[in-house]
Amino acid sequence: MTSHDDTARQPSSIELGRRAFRRRQGLRSVILSIISTIALAIIAWLTVVNTPGWARVQQTFFNPEIAWQSLPRVWDGFLLNLRVLFFAVIGVLIVSILLAVIRTVRGPVFFPLRALAAGYTDLFRGLPLIIVLYIVGYGIPGLQGADGTRIPSAVLGTIALILTYSAYVSEVFRAGIEAVHPSQRLAARSLGLSHGKALRLVILPQAVRKVTPALMNDFIAMQKDVGLISVLGAIDAVRAAQIETAQSFNFTPYVVAGLLFVLLALPMIRFTDWYTARLRSREQIGGIV
Amino acid sequence: MSERVLTLSNIWKRFGDVDVLRGIDLEVNTHEVVALIGASGSGKSTLLRTINLLERIDDGQVMLRGTDISDPAIKADAVRARIGVVFQHYNLFPHMSVLDNVTLASRHVLGQSKDVAEARGLELLERIGLAPQARSFPDRLSGGQQQRAAIVRAIATSPELLLLDEVTSALDPELVAEVLDLVRELKSEGTTIVMATHEMAFARDVADRVVFLDKGVIAEQGPPAQVFGAPREQRTKEFLGRTFP
Repeated sequence: MTSHDDTARQPSSIELGRRAFRRRQGLRSVILSIISTIALAIIAWLTVVNTPGWARVQQTFFNPEIAWQSLPRVWDGFLLNLRVLFFAVIGVLIVSILLAVIRTVRGPVFFPLRALAAGYTDLFRGLPLIIVLYIVGYGIPGLQGADGTRIPSAVLGTIALILTYSAYVSEVFRAGIEAVHPSQRLAARSLGLSHGKALRLVILPQAVRKVTPALMNDFIAMQKDVGLISVLGAIDAVRAAQIETAQSFNFTPYVVAGLLFVLLALPMIRFTDWYTARLRSREQIGGIV
Repeated sequence: MSERVLTLSNIWKRFGDVDVLRGIDLEVNTHEVVALIGASGSGKSTLLRTINLLERIDDGQVMLRGTDISDPAIKADAVRARIGVVFQHYNLFPHMSVLDNVTLASRHVLGQSKDVAEARGLELLERIGLAPQARSFPDRLSGGQQQRAAIVRAIATSPELLLLDEVTSALDPELVAEVLDLVRELKSEGTTIVMATHEMAFARDVADRVVFLDKGVIAEQGPPAQVFGAPREQRTKEFLGRTFP
């Protein structure tokens, strides 16, 4: 099974011809794509710049001076977003795996639990996140009454995010669990493993591998939705940008906040694409179409 | 000497509106190797699964060393731990190394420490020549190696009974021999085995008793020399005429 015999063996003239052809084709498509990209960029730029209001828009949205001034404050807010994201991700993973496992447990005794989990995912996949934020953000403090220490709004926002995203992510996990071939469960149970141990040691590890791309996609969606906690008054990047905007009458701080979120998401987006492509190429060894 | 390990009496099993098993009676003694032969759909695999409680029976009784394991009150996991099963398609766990596959039951069912389980696992893998692949993942192994690893996984906990469900059916002809050699070796060590098989020559050479299943009933059983050499039943003759001329 030596894979690189080519170095020792001189390829036939037919193969050499094919390689030269492919090289020419490759070069041609690279040049074409560069030209078309530049052309498109120029057209887009000229269209925007030549609109009658461009100068004003540039001044209110892309003002470098204001961007620089607002950056420290927006950055501080952004750090709050990162903290919320960190705890929300951990919370979502725990709650969603629990939900997914509950929905796969069989037996009549567990019917109420199963129904509850199913109802939960139905409800929270249907509810807009912003409404969950309001209900949790203003409902839980209401339960406390007038006295007692206030729960920080960032914590309430984190809870709302966990509630909503767990519903989505648990469905992803459930799909993964069901995608593991039944013979794996059979083999695990035949060894004497209990339902729970079979799930934990055999089914879940394989399920998680199967759904990793989908999970990473939900993670990317969550990275930007942490910005929504600003509606509860937590001073995150979006809220900070709003405050800055109110002081300068200029929308540039929003662009700054947006840029920070994009920069946060980009590595994960690239990584997800790379990982998905790698999975696909692994599964399709030998195929080229 | 020959103690009764397994007693099946009047086993019935129905899938949909087909009776797959229709009143099976079978006894297996220690150190005995019983080969189940019969056409596809004759109920061989189903019978093996009912023994290991992977399939619930509709009537009858399964006794393992005097305990009624078809009693719903029995702890099924504990029973399954006493019976090893090897499947046609190996069913190794693809996300674990070969060694982890082999030691999984020892560690998580018998509760052995990692060191103890791995020492035993490595010893077993050594014996079948797979020690170098102990840390590899199953997909790096050939079909024959995977099936031998699956057999070792099934015997790692020293089960009282080993069930082999057409363990060579998914293998290329040149890989069949290495798996059958391992089964032969297990027999010589005194393992009690019930195996469903299409390998008639192997059943003839290795089994102490051959059981011919036809449409969910035991049509004929006896020593291989008798079943293969001088079958009494007409349907046994026909089946062997088709598959083992």
